[in-house]
Amino acid sequence: MTVMEQRGAYRPTPPPAWQPRMDPAPLLPDAEPYRVLGTEAAAKADPELLRTLYAQLVKGRRYNAQATALTKQGRLAVYPSTTGQEACEVAAAMVLQERDWLFPSYRDTLAVVARGVDPVEALTLLRGDWHTGYDPYEHRVAPLCTPLATQLPHAVGLAHAARLKGDDVVALAMVGDGGTSEGDFHEALNFAAVWQAPVVFFVQNNGFAISVPLAKQTAAPSLAHKAVGYGIRGRLVDGNDAAAVHEVLSDAVRHARAGGGPTLVEAITYRVDAHTNADDATRYRGDAEVETWREHDPIRLLERELTGRGLLDEAGIEAARQDAETMAAALREHMNQDPALDPMDLFTHVYAEPTGQLREQRDQLRAELEAEACTGPEGDTHR
Amino acid sequence: MTTVAVKPATMAQALTRALRDAMAADPAVHVMGEDVGTLGGVFRVTDGLAKEFGEDRCTDTPLAEAGILGTAVGMAMYGLRPVVEMQFDAFAYPAFEQLISHVARMRNRTRGKMPLPITIRVPYGGGIGGVEHHSDSSEAYYMATPGLHVVTPATVADAYGLLRAAIASDDPVVVLEPKRLYWSKDSWNPEEPAPVEPIGRAVVRRPGRSATLITYGPSVPVCMEAAEAARAEGWDLEVVDLRSLVPFDDETVCASVRRTGRAVVVHESGSFGGPGGEIAARVTERCFHHLEAPVLRVAGFDVPYPPPMLERHHLPGVDRILDAVGRLQWEAES
Ligand SMILES: Cc1ncc(C[n+]2csc(CCOP(=O)(O)OP(=O)(O)O)c2C)c(N)n1
Repeated sequence: MTVMEQRGAYRPTPPPAWQPRMDPAPLLPDAEPYRVLGTEAAAKADPELLRTLYAQLVKGRRYNAQATALTKQGRLAVYPSTTGQEACEVAAAMVLQERDWLFPSYRDTLAVVARGVDPVEALTLLRGDWHTGYDPYEHRVAPLCTPLATQLPHAVGLAHAARLKGDDVVALAMVGDGGTSEGDFHEALNFAAVWQAPVVFFVQNNGFAISVPLAKQTAAPSLAHKAVGYGIRGRLVDGNDAAAVHEVLSDAVRHARAGGGPTLVEAITYRVDAHTNADDATRYRGDAEVETWREHDPIRLLERELTGRGLLDEAGIEAARQDAETMAAALREHMNQDPALDPMDLFTHVYAEPTGQLREQRDQLRAELEAEACTGPEGDTHR
Repeated sequence: MTTVAVKPATMAQALTRALRDAMAADPAVHVMGEDVGTLGGVFRVTDGLAKEFGEDRCTDTPLAEAGILGTAVGMAMYGLRPVVEMQFDAFAYPAFEQLISHVARMRNRTRGKMPLPITIRVPYGGGIGGVEHHSDSSEAYYMATPGLHVVTPATVADAYGLLRAAIASDDPVVVLEPKRLYWSKDSWNPEEPAPVEPIGRAVVRRPGRSATLITYGPSVPVCMEAAEAARAEGWDLEVVDLRSLVPFDDETVCASVRRTGRAVVVHESGSFGGPGGEIAARVTERCFHHLEAPVLRVAGFDVPYPPPMLERHHLPGVDRILDAVGRLQWEAES
């Protein structure tokens, strides 16, 4: 008997595990990213919401420009800009209720600020005076997370815990396209799906992970498609269309809050600036590509829609600009002041109670600082 | 004989040349990691390799450290010699499962049948003003894992020599590259053939009689400076650059301590559970009767690596080293 014949003869009743657990069709993202601006859907959008989004985008753009300028003046050690991605940043903060939580990646300072965190405190990590400048509990914003994708399981755990406690809380976790390759991304999505945790995973696909383009990051049809394998909904949205991002994220948050479980939202956008001020983007991409994306700029798109429909005039545009200028001036002023640092803080927050060793080391540093105060600091910073 | 003015190479350039020479010499050598291709690595150590050897030999991987090291295991199983780059010290941690559970012990698990010639390059240490997760000194974790070799250069020539040796090794080698020395230069002439340094040999960087500073990597230049400064106080310090943490060169270190009778271990990583404890114990075990004072440690504080604006208070500097040297006058004190 050949192997084939053997196979043919063997016809067991399929065990339950062979049955598809669900119809994957409703989980699949649409082939085209969802758009509102410039389409029929725009007529249905709330004009007030659109105007708020506009004001926030203009402010966000100005914030990015100001922070980038501060790196050139040596006031910020580094700044990963979200110029071109403001629609995603702003919408992520706006769709959350006060009791909800935001889990930002290192790039998402703007979302953190849009959530209400003080702009100077939000920049502490990047200025270098402390690792996290704000109290995470005050605005329910987790620390800006530098290792990629590691904040995602945290978001799942928090959302899960909230649900166990009977609280009506949603967590929105942000990650880049590159971060979706990390094991933590996979584990977070899987946990969230199995627990039906109220989480929204929000991928800003801005084309590159430092220098590596999406094609070298994944072979999936889209990052949103990855959701299907976990049994959760995947949604694809035009990340430069603020109204669309707001709508898709709102829907995902509502779905999570209603007990529907997690959603993976992929926003297609573009990182117009370099990875950070330390990066040389000309090594891996041409100007033409960047220019194409400038055409599809989030502020432009929304401005066109609003002015076209008579919801915004020159005066309104000017007012938004003024508002942004005021914010930038305040940020500049605060960042130009030297932060008052106490070196003894090195030991303050390592444990609830410092260990004996730490107390010894603290005394050592105190003695060094006192000696330095007498003789004056030496030229060499490492002395 | 005509002398041509040669531009001295930086440590980063020496590492690039080591990779290029190794790749040219052996088609089994493959470089991989995040941004190592088109960009040439965030520190430009892999600059030009993708162009010269093709993207199959110098590969931009997906962004996944466990994946990078895990696939390197498979590649090594099939006869390649992967050289992987972990972009920064703290970003190697996702790969620790692969490192500890597989890379370090594959030879042992398979009774020698499946050695893994993998080189793991890790830029490490502080002093460059990096934000959180960009300045860890993770050498103690690697040292505590049997089956790994751990080397760390302090000079441009050693960067070349140790990386070549690591790639040539039939065992996994972690090459800890001191970030803040990437742009340092010394007398190494990149036009001349550079020696491949055997792994496991320390070197006396500066002879002296009164005490030995035992150090490595980013702390070597600091110790050299301290030794110069100590002359004013009547101390003639010997500086031993370990170059290799595993295997450890007991011979060179102990010969030095026996000569001087006093020793201070200097490194950036924390002292509790850090490399200095192991080194001090070894020296004490072997040189007890030669010691005039306990072996002291000058290290970073036992705190998570601080933000850039505070790192100068954390890093062991010249003053802290001199202070320890002063405390070596044990008899006089007690
Ligand atoms: C675990 C880990 N590996 C490597 C890095 C270094 N790194 C910082 S940002 C970055 C690229 C991130 O790309 P992506 O996830 O697409 O986010 P984007 O920067 O585009 O917002 C890399 C590789 C890191 N921060 N964490």
